[in-house]
Amino acid sequence: MATKPIHDEFTEQVTTPDECSAGNDQVAKESLVGSNIKYLGMGILFGIIAVKSEIISWYRIQEMFRLHSFHMYGVIGTAVVVGAISVWLIKRFKIKTLQGETVVLHPRQFHWGNVIGGLLFGIGWGITGACPGPLFAQIGSGSLVVVITLLSAIAGTYVYGIVQKKLPH
Amino acid sequence: MPEFITQPWSWYVSGALIGLTVPALLLLGNKHFGISSSLRHICAACFPGKVPFFNYNWKREAWNLFFVAGIVAGAALAVNFFSNHQPVQVAPQTVQALSALGVATDGNLVPHSIFNFSNVFTLKGLVFFVVGGFLVGFGTRYAGGCTSGHSIMGLSTLQWPSLVATVCFMAGGFAVVHLVFPWLFKII
Repeated sequence: MATKPIHDEFTEQVTTPDECSAGNDQVAKESLVGSNIKYLGMGILFGIIAVKSEIISWYRIQEMFRLHSFHMYGVIGTAVVVGAISVWLIKRFKIKTLQGETVVLHPRQFHWGNVIGGLLFGIGWGITGACPGPLFAQIGSGSLVVVITLLSAIAGTYVYGIVQKKLPH
Repeated sequence: MPEFITQPWSWYVSGALIGLTVPALLLLGNKHFGISSSLRHICAACFPGKVPFFNYNWKREAWNLFFVAGIVAGAALAVNFFSNHQPVQVAPQTVQALSALGVATDGNLVPHSIFNFSNVFTLKGLVFFVVGGFLVGFGTRYAGGCTSGHSIMGLSTLQWPSLVATVCFMAGGFAVVHLVFPWLFKII
């Protein structure tokens, strides 16, 4: 099961420098701070939305997994519909990026990590009441103890990086 | 501050704004919405060692780290300046179910009885911070994305593996809440 090469967007970029990485497909050169400051702004907006929508609430996640409220399903469902329409419009009208580049989208290749990793993350989501975005937002909202959860999540990512080749994909 | 800002936002306003993050990042500079990658970039920037998985040009992905730094700042702004400071409303059935587990609904975004520093060196802290956090970091990377990368970006671009991942996220959450929580809360 582990024979199939792992689709890995970032190391792929290292081994074949010409290939675009998912995550960042901009061709135009970027400076570390000057070009990235706008994503700080986007993050600030996202953090505000995450708090105001209460998707960072442990209680809202409990409601979701207990089917006691439509709220989380409404948020995620609306986000997907709006995202999908936006992506369709970008493709349909060939809307360019600010730098005048063509928007690049990557097909996702199925691997068993989608299932096993997905289940493991789901368990973690149920326990912590937070996916990675809300982890950062919970810290910002004043739950400073979540720094420990975040450090543990970084450790989890690190351990994955070490054992990756031994896992079924 | 007007009331429509300070009150909690409805699911359709919140969902639409989160959905717009996808085209905004694409058009600002061909960036793909996905937050769990930031955890990997942190590893790559701070302690890559000889692990091939962390040896790549993380500076090219630094936008993602700016984004999560923004999330921390934005959340702080929201609770301090854009809030009406009313208790968080939770569905009555959930309040009841959590009360049966011994978790009080205290009006905060996260229950203070679990998320406080006095629990750090207890079994509760081990489960809710260390084990839970580890599973979030390990699971998202193994799955190749999280709620943002798979459930929102992946589904928006109609990727079926992202649908599989999303179904598994939900299955894991349902399983732990319904099958594990009842006995977990007896022992911690």
